[in-house]
Amino acid sequence: MSQEVTRLVHKYLRHDKKFPHVWCPGCGNGIILGALIRAVDRLGFTKDEVVLVSGIGCSGRMPVYADFNTLHTTHGRALTFATGVKLVKPDLKVIVIMGDGDATAIGGNHFIHTARRNIDLTSIIINNYIYGMTGGQFSPTTPYGSMASTSPYGHIEPTFSIAQLAETAGASFLARGTVYHARLLDKLIESAILNCGFSVVEVISNCHVHFGRRNETSNPVTMIKSMKENAVTVEKAKKMTPESLKDKIVVGVLNDIQKPAYINEYQKICEKAKN
Amino acid sequence: MPSSAPNNNGRKLLLQGNEAIVEGALVAGCKFFAGYPITPASEISEVFSRRMPEIGGTFIQMEDEIASMGAIIGASLAGAKSMTATSGPGFSLMQENIGYASIAETPCVVVNVMRGGPSTGLPTSPAQGDVMQARWGTHGDHPIIVLTTSTVRDSFDITVKAFNLAEEFRVPVIILSDEGVAHTREVVTLPASRDIEVVDRTVPGMPPEMYVPFQDNGRGVPDMSTFGDGYRYHVTGLTHDVRGFPTMKSEEVNDFINRLFRKITHGFHKIQMVDTFMTEDAQVAVIAYGSVARAARRAVLDARSHGIKAGLLHLITLFPFPRTVVERVLKKCRWVLVPEMNMGQMVREVKRVNKYPTHVEKYSRVDGHIITPDEIYYQLMKA
Repeated sequence: MSQEVTRLVHKYLRHDKKFPHVWCPGCGNGIILGALIRAVDRLGFTKDEVVLVSGIGCSGRMPVYADFNTLHTTHGRALTFATGVKLVKPDLKVIVIMGDGDATAIGGNHFIHTARRNIDLTSIIINNYIYGMTGGQFSPTTPYGSMASTSPYGHIEPTFSIAQLAETAGASFLARGTVYHARLLDKLIESAILNCGFSVVEVISNCHVHFGRRNETSNPVTMIKSMKENAVTVEKAKKMTPESLKDKIVVGVLNDIQKPAYINEYQKICEKAKN
Repeated sequence: MPSSAPNNNGRKLLLQGNEAIVEGALVAGCKFFAGYPITPASEISEVFSRRMPEIGGTFIQMEDEIASMGAIIGASLAGAKSMTATSGPGFSLMQENIGYASIAETPCVVVNVMRGGPSTGLPTSPAQGDVMQARWGTHGDHPIIVLTTSTVRDSFDITVKAFNLAEEFRVPVIILSDEGVAHTREVVTLPASRDIEVVDRTVPGMPPEMYVPFQDNGRGVPDMSTFGDGYRYHVTGLTHDVRGFPTMKSEEVNDFINRLFRKITHGFHKIQMVDTFMTEDAQVAVIAYGSVARAARRAVLDARSHGIKAGLLHLITLFPFPRTVVERVLKKCRWVLVPEMNMGQMVREVKRVNKYPTHVEKYSRVDGHIITPDEIYYQLMKA
C-alpha cells in the first residue's frame, strides 16, 4: 500500500514545484487529488493526455501540484477554458476542478450551459459549503441557518442542490462522493472520466477552518466522521422516505444516461458543411 | 507559412467590414471562434458559423462574452489560432479574461465593433468610445496591442496582421472596428494567399525536460508549447516564475511584469502601423483612425484644392501608441486636428506627447453619426 502511494506520488506530483501545498492541515482537497490520480492511473492514460483545469479558490490550487497539462483559470470560468481546450483537442481528457462557489455562484451560468451542451468534460465539484480561501463567506451551498463570516446572524438563503442543478441542466453522468469514502471516490471519478459527455462528481469535503469552526466543530476528523455517519448509498436511499433522507448525504452514481455529446454533433455538421 | 484556408484569391467581392474580418481571420489560420450575439458584430459570428465547419475548424456560440473569451484562450492553449467578436457591452464583460490572456501570454484576437455607449447606448450607430477601454479595460498593468480598421479592405488586412502580432508576441490583440466600417458594403479585391504573410507562434524545439515555459529570451517572448504535445506545464493567472508556478518573490514578480512590457517595447517597430497621406509638406494635419480616417483623407484633398497645405496621419495601431510618428507630425505642423467619434480619447495621447508649440484641436461627435469629410474640412478652414 505505502509502496503504491510512493509510486503514485513520484509519478504524478510535480517535484520541481515547491511543496508544501497551500491547503490547511486536515483539508479534504488532498484526498480528492489522491482519488483523481488513482483514477487516472487505473485508466492508464498518459500524463500528456490529461488536462487539469481549475477556477479560483482553494480547489483552484490543485492543478499546480499535478504533473499534467494544467490550467488555473479565472474565478468561475474554468469550464469555458476547458471547452476551448476540449473542442480543439478532443482526444485529451479534460478534467475540471471547481469549488461550490466557483461552480454554482460566479460560474453558475457556465455550469448550466456546459451541462446543457453535454460537452465531454469531467467536472469535480468540491463542496465544502463555504468560500474558504477568502475567509469563510457563505456560498450557494451553505446550509440555511449556518454561520459564516458574512452571515453572523445565521444564513437566511436556501441552498442549491448541485446534483439537481446539473441533472436539470443536462449533465449525462452525475455522482456524489465524500472525502471519507475515498475508495468510492476513485471509482466515481473513473466512471466520470469514461463517460462520453458532461460528467459531474460532487465531492462533499470539510472546511473545518472556516465552516466547521463557526458551526459544529473545528475538528477535521469529527467532520469527516460525520460524513461516514450521514452517508447513504443510492441503492439504500431509494428505499427511504424523503423525510428520513433529510440531512443525509446520498453517495454513489446518481444519474448515468446516454445522450449525444456536443463534439459528436459538431462533427456531424462538419460533414454536412463539406458535402 | 502560406495559409491552407479557402481563400477568395484575387477575386472581386462585395463584402461588408464584418465579413472581411472573417475572411482575414481564415487566411491568417484562425481555427476557433467563440462568440455571443451582439449588434453590430453578429455577422462575424454568423459567417464563422457557416465557414468553420467547412474547414474543420470550430465555431461555438457561448452563453455570454465572458465564456467566449475563456473558450478562445483555452483553444489557443490547445494550439488553435482563435478569435471572438463583440461590441461595447460584451467588450466590458471580456475584460476579465483579456487580462488572463495577457498574463498567461496566450495569443488571441478580440474584435470590438464599437457602437455608442455607455451601457447599452446606441446599438446600431457608430462610435469610437472604447479606445481607452481597449488599452486599459482590464485591471492591472498589462501589455496589449490595439489596432483599428477604417475600410472593408483594410478590415481584411488588419485582421491578418492582428493574428500575426498575437502569435509573434503572445498577447491578446484588440481590433477596434466601428458600426460604420462593419456595415459598409463595398467591392474589394482580396489578395492571393501566397501574397499574404502568415506568422505562427514559436513552439519549443528542445526536449520536454529542458523546456522552461516562461524563460526569458532575447525577444522576451518564450516558446509556446501546446497542450497534449508532451510539454506538460502550468498556466495560471497568478503572477508566476519562469516555470509557470505562482510566485510572490519580489525579484521574480518584477522580472516577469517587466518582461511582459519589454516584449512589446522591443517589437514596437513591427507593431507600429500608420499611414501618412500628404504629410511631407503639410502645415496642418489631421490625426485620425477608423472610419474617421477615411473621411479625413477626403477632407485633406478638399483642403488642398482650396490652398490649405493639409495632411493626414492615419493611426492603424493605437496602442502601443505610435509616439514617434505622431511626434514627427507635431514637430512639422503648426496645427493638428484630432477628430473622433467620442468626447476626446486619442487626442489626450496626442496632447501628452506634444512638446512643440503646435496647437492640438479636438473635434468630437457623439450623436451616433459618422464624421463627414465636410465637417473635417470645415474644421481645417479654421486652422
